[in-house]
Amino acid sequence: MSTAANSESHHTSCGWFPGLQSWWRMLIICLEERLAYRSDFALGTVMRFLPIVTQVFLWTAVFAASSRTDIAGYSRDNIVAYYLLTMVTRAFSSMPSLAGGISRSVRDGSVKKYLIQPIDYIGFLLASRIAHKLVYYIVAILPFAAVLFFCRGYFPPAPDGLTIAAYILSLLLSFLLGFFLEATLGMIAFWFLEVSSIIFAYMLFQYLLSGHMFPIDMLADIPTGITGVSLADVVRLLPFEYTAYFPAAVWLGKITGWELVRGLLIEIVWLVIMIGVCRFVWWRGTKRYSGFGG
Amino acid sequence: MNLAFYLLIFSFTPEIGRGSGWSREPFFAFVATGLIINAIVQTLFMPSASELTEMVRTGGLDSVLVRPLDAQFLLSMHRFDFSSMANGLVGLGLLIWAVLRFPVAPPLIAWLLYPLLIVSGVAILYGLIIMLAAATILMGRNQSLYDFWFYITNFSRYPAEIYAGPWGDPLRTFCTFVIPILLVVNVPAGTLARPLSGQAWGMVVLTFAAAGISVGLSRIVFQAALARYRSASS
Repeated sequence: MSTAANSESHHTSCGWFPGLQSWWRMLIICLEERLAYRSDFALGTVMRFLPIVTQVFLWTAVFAASSRTDIAGYSRDNIVAYYLLTMVTRAFSSMPSLAGGISRSVRDGSVKKYLIQPIDYIGFLLASRIAHKLVYYIVAILPFAAVLFFCRGYFPPAPDGLTIAAYILSLLLSFLLGFFLEATLGMIAFWFLEVSSIIFAYMLFQYLLSGHMFPIDMLADIPTGITGVSLADVVRLLPFEYTAYFPAAVWLGKITGWELVRGLLIEIVWLVIMIGVCRFVWWRGTKRYSGFGG
Repeated sequence: MNLAFYLLIFSFTPEIGRGSGWSREPFFAFVATGLIINAIVQTLFMPSASELTEMVRTGGLDSVLVRPLDAQFLLSMHRFDFSSMANGLVGLGLLIWAVLRFPVAPPLIAWLLYPLLIVSGVAILYGLIIMLAAATILMGRNQSLYDFWFYITNFSRYPAEIYAGPWGDPLRTFCTFVIPILLVVNVPAGTLARPLSGQAWGMVVLTFAAAGISVGLSRIVFQAALARYRSASS
């Protein structure tokens, strides 16, 4: 059997209500799958807090040795709060195994079942990821709440309602941006088949440039060789900061006023671009894809 | 990426921990030691251990248990990943770079102890891997094995001196004497980077002892887990 199909045609033939039903069914299936191994899932959730402990001690040691009260505008308490907030952001924007799963499905041919069934593959993956996140939040809400309550002394006073609304919006956008970034990355497999090295390199750069490792403001004094342009300015041209740094900086009051509005608009623009790129890559990829057998 | 992070940190501070002695070059020797030890573990043991998860879930473990060879040996060393040695080579290069910039060259005894302490560090981590593998057998599936490995070894990635204060001191004691993860990198790196004083000799002896106990204890735990194993195959 040879298959070369475009799932868009299936999508339009489904109609609105059956499409919604399919989405709901996909969500339920994925929820049940995720909850099948609860102890493993719970263990993984709790363990994600361990690196924060090391970071707290590391930065405490750095501040103690440097005799400084702030680094790049962050006090020690600010930095601890920042790492905790990036944990919250990463709970939305990180997409473990998404790119790898897509590339594997292309490589082993299992992607073809989505090409011949009336299911939109990207929609299925999104539903699956929403289910994954929902289960994660159900399991993680207690440890998250406990850690944030325990560490409340590190946080500045809670921001105003508008900032909280902007923070929540930035988190939701970070989820979608993270999804479409990684889905697009996985679809490179239509051209290269084995993309694990590309994914690994991407993860490394994403980890560094998203602000997951340290606040991007710390790069503000590092020159690039271009007059008046720091490394932080270059990093801010990329979409990665919205998957870790931006929401955390919003909550901590590092980004306010029009700068905040501008940041949210840029995040939305990046999301629209990535949705377009993801759909385009899927369309081009399925055009050239050939599946045989089975 | 971590090296970039550490370079950034040293642009803000002369050392990590006041009076700890972990200034830039000694700290990079510490990082290098961690890279070398982790590369050995990732090459020799981790590929096999990570496969165990699926073997338990699918029943593939049965075929190993019926073979006339020691199950722990087969399960922990049936697959190597030599590409992981690349990190070890980076670590070796970084170590040479750092040691050449030490204000005082390490004495001969430090160089003699260093490889032995590296082997001890690997043995401590091996014991931990085997106990995690035993947890896999008991839980039926433990996809978080790699995650747990990363998070627990995360404590060993920094000098023990950073764990100070009312919370840090108990954590340091726990990670030195209960799960001796802080001995793995701290002691070999400290042997090269700092003078071998009386307390340092105590830590060297403790590391050798911890290595022996870790391997022995992991053997007992693994055998106990195998005794509880129920086949998943038909």
